[in-house]
Amino acid sequence: MKRIRQFAGVLLVAVAVVSLGASLFAPANYSTQFRDDSPNAGPSHQHWLGTDDLGRDRFSRVLYGTRVSLLLAPTAALLSTLLAALVGAIAGYFGGTWEKLAMAGTDLFLSLPWLFLLLMVRAMLPLNISAFASVAVTFLLLGLLGWAASARVICAGARAIRNSDFVLLARASGISRARLLMLHVLPNLKPGLLAQFWISIPVFILTEANLGVLGLGVTEPLPSWGSLLRELESYANFSNEYWRLVPLLLLVITVTSFQLILTRDEAAA
Amino acid sequence: MIPKLSIFRHLAVVLVLSSLACAQGELHFCLKSEPKTFNPILVQDDSSEVIRYLTGGVLVRINRQTQQLEPELATSWKVSDGGRTITFRLREGVYFSDGTAFSAGDVAYTVKLLMDPNLHSITGDMFRSGQGNVVTRVLPHNSIAITFPAPVAGLDRQFDEVAIMSAQSAKKEMAVLGPFYVADYKAGSYVYLRKNNNYWKKDAQGRKLPLLDAVKLDIQPNRDIELMRFKRGELDLINSLDSDYFDKLASASPNEVRDAGPSLDSEQMWFNQVPGAPIPDYKKAWFQSQPFRQAISMSINRADLCRIVFAGHAQPAVGPTSPANRVWFDSKLKPYAFNQQEALNKLAQVGFKFQNGVLRDSSGNRVEFSIVTNSSSKPRERMATMIQQDLQGIGIKVNVVVLDFPSLIERITDKFNYEAALLGLTNVELDPNVQMNVWLSSAENHQWNPNQKAPATAWEAEIDKLMREQASTADLKKRQAAWSHVQEIVYDQQPFIYLVNKHSLSAVSPNVANAEPVVLRPQTYWNIDELYLRNSADRTGK
Repeated sequence: MKRIRQFAGVLLVAVAVVSLGASLFAPANYSTQFRDDSPNAGPSHQHWLGTDDLGRDRFSRVLYGTRVSLLLAPTAALLSTLLAALVGAIAGYFGGTWEKLAMAGTDLFLSLPWLFLLLMVRAMLPLNISAFASVAVTFLLLGLLGWAASARVICAGARAIRNSDFVLLARASGISRARLLMLHVLPNLKPGLLAQFWISIPVFILTEANLGVLGLGVTEPLPSWGSLLRELESYANFSNEYWRLVPLLLLVITVTSFQLILTRDEAAA
Repeated sequence: MIPKLSIFRHLAVVLVLSSLACAQGELHFCLKSEPKTFNPILVQDDSSEVIRYLTGGVLVRINRQTQQLEPELATSWKVSDGGRTITFRLREGVYFSDGTAFSAGDVAYTVKLLMDPNLHSITGDMFRSGQGNVVTRVLPHNSIAITFPAPVAGLDRQFDEVAIMSAQSAKKEMAVLGPFYVADYKAGSYVYLRKNNNYWKKDAQGRKLPLLDAVKLDIQPNRDIELMRFKRGELDLINSLDSDYFDKLASASPNEVRDAGPSLDSEQMWFNQVPGAPIPDYKKAWFQSQPFRQAISMSINRADLCRIVFAGHAQPAVGPTSPANRVWFDSKLKPYAFNQQEALNKLAQVGFKFQNGVLRDSSGNRVEFSIVTNSSSKPRERMATMIQQDLQGIGIKVNVVVLDFPSLIERITDKFNYEAALLGLTNVELDPNVQMNVWLSSAENHQWNPNQKAPATAWEAEIDKLMREQASTADLKKRQAAWSHVQEIVYDQQPFIYLVNKHSLSAVSPNVANAEPVVLRPQTYWNIDELYLRNSADRTGK
C-alpha cells in the first residue's frame, strides 16, 4: 500500500510540474484558434491530442486547464478548511450556546442548494472581469461555501478534546482559554484538518467540473478541467475519439491520487 | 383448368398486395417535451403544435415546399375590404373523425373561440388587429365571411394555423378534420395517433389519405437517446438536428441525413443602447454610433462561424429575413464582408485610434466590452469565443460571459445591465408582420432599446412608419416594398448584427417513402398524409 501511495504522490507531482510549466511545455497558447486546420481534428504531430471544436490545440488546453484546476482547488480547499477550523474549533471547544449557534449556521449552510447559490452569485458578478478573475472568484466561492461539512467533523473532534484529561489538567493549572485553544486544542485537531483539506480538493475540482458542464465555471477562452470535460457532454462527440477522454483520465488520476494519499492521513488521524 | 398450386400462388399474391394497400405502417418519431394541450386553439408550445399539425384540419395550408397557400377545407377564398374581410367557400361532404359533418357553423364556432379574450389564444393574437368584435356571417353555397375590426396583415396565410373545431361534436377538440386523431396518450411516455378514416383528402392516384396507419410520438427530451434510437431503427425521423449530430450521422449513414439549406432561424448579437442602462456613458456613445456597429459587423468572420461552429451547415446572415423566405427576402442585400482594415478606417473616421494592437476612443478609453449569452447553447458560446478572437484583430477586448437563461433574460429585459448580447431568433412564420413586436420602437422585444415612448432615432421612426404601413394593407407588393425598406435600414444601421442562418438539418430513415425535408416547420413530415413506410413488418404498435 505504501508503494501505491508513493506512486500516487509521484503521479501528482508529475501532473503538477507539467501543468505549472504549461507555458514551457505547451506547443501553443490555450486560446489560439487554428482556424485553417480542421476543428475537431484528430491527433497529429502538430496537435498531439488533436484540436477542439474551435481549432485550439487540445494538449495545450489540457496543460493550462490542469494548472488552473490544480492551483485553485487546493487554494479553495485551504480557505474552506481554515473556515471549518475556526467555526468547528470554537463551537466544539466552547460548547453550550456557541456550539448550538455554530452548528445551526452549519446546518443552514449544508441545507443550501449549492449549485443554485453558485449560479446566482455568478450571475451577480460584474460582466467585465478577466477570465482568470472569473475562475478565481468561482473557486473562492467554492471555498467560502464548502466549509460546513468539515466544520461538523472538526467540532466533534474539538468536543472530544475539550473533555479529555490533558485539557482538564491544563485548565486546572490556570492556563488561559485562548492559550489552551492555540497550544493544546488546535495542534491536536491537525490530523483531522489535514484530512478535511485533502478531501476538499477533489470535491472542489469536481464541483468546478460540474459548473463547467453547465457552462458556468471558467469563462472562455481560459480552460479548466470543467470546460474541457464539456466536450464529453454528448456521447456522439467522443464515441470513436478516445483522445478526447484525456482530461477525464487526468481528473480520475488526480482525484484517485489525492484519495490514496488521504488514506494515509486518515490512518494517521 | 387451373392447377391447384397456381391458385394458391394467385391467392398469396392477392393477399400480399391487399396487405400492402391497407397497412402502410406506424411512423415513429420524438417530441422533445410533453404536449401542454390537445386543444388547437390553446397551443403555445412546440409539442402541442406538432399534434395540431398532425390532427388539425385547416381551411388553407401553406405548402411547406413551395411556400404558396393552397386550398384545404376551403376550396377558394377571397380577401376584401382592404384586408378586413375574408370569405371562404367550404369543401362539401367532409366529416370530422367522430362522424359529425363539417359546416360553416364549425368555422364560426372556431373563430369565436379563437377571438375569445378569456382563452388568451396565441393563435388568436395574430388576428387581433384593433378594437371591436369579429363578425362571422354564414353565406349561401357553403360559404362564410369573417370580418375583423381592422385590416389583418397577411390575413389568408394566418389561417394556416387555425385548426377547425367541431361545434356539434360532444368530443370537441378530440374530433378532428386532419389526417390523424389522438387515440392514446400516456403522460411522460408517448402520444399515439391513429389514422382518421373520415379524412377527406386523396392523392394524385386517387388513394385515400393518409397512407400511414398510425404515428407514435415518443416523449424524449434527450437528443443523444433520440439519435441512438434512430440509429437502431426505432425512430423514422428527427427534425432540427444539430450540426454535430448531423455530421456524426452522415459519416455512418449518408443517405439518412438531409440538409435542406438555410432555415428561417438566425443568430445575432446587439449592443445595449438603452439610455438609462447602468453602463458607462462613453460605452453608450460607442454602442449608439452607427459606424462603430458597422465596424464590428465587418470585423466578424461570418464564413468562419459557419465553417467552424456549424461545420458548414450555416450561411452568413444578412438581416431579419432569411434567404430561405422566398416571399419576403430582399435579395439585393449581401452579408457584410469580413474586412478589418475597412473597419479600422470607419472607426478612425469617428475618432477611434488603433495603436500597439489596442483600440481606444477619442477620450483614450480602451475599447472593451462583454458579450453575454446563454449557458445552454454551445454554438452561441463558440460563436462568442470566435468573435472574441476576431475583434482582438482590431484591438478590441471582449469578455465572454455565459449566464443561465433566467439571469440573462433579467439582464437584457429588465435591468439592462449588459453591454452586448448574443442570442438567436427562432422564426416559424414567413410573414414579417409577426415581427412587429421586435421592430416597433415601442415594442418590448425591440432588444437594443425596448419600450420607447417615442422613437429615439430618425431611422427607428422610419421603421415604425414602414411596419405600420405594411400591417395596414392587404396589397402584397406594397407590403413587400415596405419590408424591403425595413431590411435596408436594418442592414445600414446594424442594431442587430446578424451572424448566421443555420441550415435546416434532419434525419429520415430510408424506410420512409415520399419524405422530402424542407426548411419550413415541420421539416420532415410536412406532407404527413403522403408518407408511408416501405417495410413496416417489425413494428409492434404501442
